[in-house]
Amino acid sequence: MTSLAAAKSAPRAVRFNAAVVLMFAVLALVPLAAAFGPESYVLGLVTRVMVFAIAALAVDLLCGFGGLVTFGHAAFVGLGAYTVAIAGAHGVTDMTITLPLALAVSAAFAYVTGTICLRTSGVYFIMITLAFGQMAYFIAGSLAPYGGDDGITLPARSTLFGFAVFGSDRALYYATLGFLLASYLLCRAVVYSRFGRVFRGARENSTRMATIGFDVFRFQRVGYVIAGCLGGLAGFLLANATEFVSPAYMSWQRSGELIIMVLFGGLGTLHGAIVGAASYLLLEEGLAGLTENWKLVFGPMLVLIVLFARGGLVGLAASIKARFSRE
Amino acid sequence: MSDAVLLVENLRKSFGGLVVTDGVTLEIGPGELHAVIGPNGAGKTTLIHQISGTLSPDDGRILLNGTDIMLLPPHERARLGLARSFQITSVLPRFSALENVALAVQARSGSSFRFLRPAATEAALNDEAMAALAEVGLDHRAGVVAAHLSHGEKRALELAIALALEPKLLLLDEPMAGTGPEESERIVAVLKKLKGRFAMLLVEHDMNAVFALADRISVLTYGRVLASGAPNEVRNDPAVMQAYLGEELE
Repeated sequence: MTSLAAAKSAPRAVRFNAAVVLMFAVLALVPLAAAFGPESYVLGLVTRVMVFAIAALAVDLLCGFGGLVTFGHAAFVGLGAYTVAIAGAHGVTDMTITLPLALAVSAAFAYVTGTICLRTSGVYFIMITLAFGQMAYFIAGSLAPYGGDDGITLPARSTLFGFAVFGSDRALYYATLGFLLASYLLCRAVVYSRFGRVFRGARENSTRMATIGFDVFRFQRVGYVIAGCLGGLAGFLLANATEFVSPAYMSWQRSGELIIMVLFGGLGTLHGAIVGAASYLLLEEGLAGLTENWKLVFGPMLVLIVLFARGGLVGLAASIKARFSRE
Repeated sequence: MSDAVLLVENLRKSFGGLVVTDGVTLEIGPGELHAVIGPNGAGKTTLIHQISGTLSPDDGRILLNGTDIMLLPPHERARLGLARSFQITSVLPRFSALENVALAVQARSGSSFRFLRPAATEAALNDEAMAALAEVGLDHRAGVVAAHLSHGEKRALELAIALALEPKLLLLDEPMAGTGPEESERIVAVLKKLKGRFAMLLVEHDMNAVFALADRISVLTYGRVLASGAPNEVRNDPAVMQAYLGEELE
């Protein structure tokens, strides 16, 4: 009860929680530890975790703070990834062009689809975001010059002013970590800002927000564009990490996984999205090694979390901590 | 052109065959508190919804300080100085009392498309919000999450939100609904203090409150204005006594 109240109450002054600092410290130290083991496997896996954490942050921003349950966010990841791949196919690999382009494409898609989606709410919003996600998926699959359903291999990772800054896995790792940290700090600032207050207020009571003079729709659309850009950023990084892009990145299962990550980690907490992405992907990796039907194990875990720890892993940790400090 | 803050002319609204607002005309002058009373189902809340913009009338005119607001959405009417409270408490349950009010201050001061600075540290917003909370006697509960306030406190919070908007006209839809006698006395006291600062349209069932506060009273039955005038005139109007007040005032 106390943890619930604490988690749901309005945010206090902006301060950094020790767990968040620890989380980023661990991520920063992973490459040092990895040097003693299967380095490229570990770096690849954790880079992937961080990429999906950025996308999950976007989903948490919409679902956890805006009450906008998006079931098509993988489309933005795909758009970002395809921007890199298509530009690469035409010989443009410099991130001074491809990164802004990936963000712009995602923002434009978010603006246009958001204008339509945000006219609806609740289940209709879920279905219409799903529909746009599927449209993007099928369009990507029909891009015959760029691999169609089979996907397309990148000619090279993105360069910066001609330098192969993503040349080593370790460099890509730290760049991804930097982007994740920046995304996290941005989301945090946005959530607590004037804008964020209106955005969160719209989830609480949109009629009230309108009667005090806010055009809720415009605020939600800006939030949708921010989340879309974060999705595009994740796509840009994913394309670089895998050096391959396929329509599978945009499938509705991917969108569902992003929601599961956020629920698993803790909805409406931001760092829960990162914890959730890490737990989901690491569990997938660990369990898939044991059995092909790893979801048989993961499914019940998710059910337990949703039933008994509404705040996800982050909420669970907070309530355990509260219990110990009381004793 | 009159200097009325609110002018409602010949407003009509029906839901299918049911006429809920049948040619209502109302005028509220600056600083005036105009009460609308009438039996349940007389169309009082529907009238408020049409003035605030959550329902669109079929016909008629609504002028706020001479500006026709009939076609404006609720948020634009709010920007022109129209504030309202709801019959069923409408606050942001997971926001603190202070944040509920600070949001209202934010709505009228500066752009809210600001993304980086934490709003909770903006002293200007918090100070004005605290002042509004103090006016309704809720400043000692500023940090409490709205969902944890008592019913009467939530009603007071709604008033504070409205105050923070510095409205030109405040629509009050049964501010005493569901409150105990002590709490409604408190709200009456607050409204008395606010009276004269801006125009108010009060819909209320509590007759003691209405007669204690109103400068003018309009009686609504079946969507029509049955009578309108000073409290004494209305009290003694035979048609009103028969239709509505008879039993309650004896």
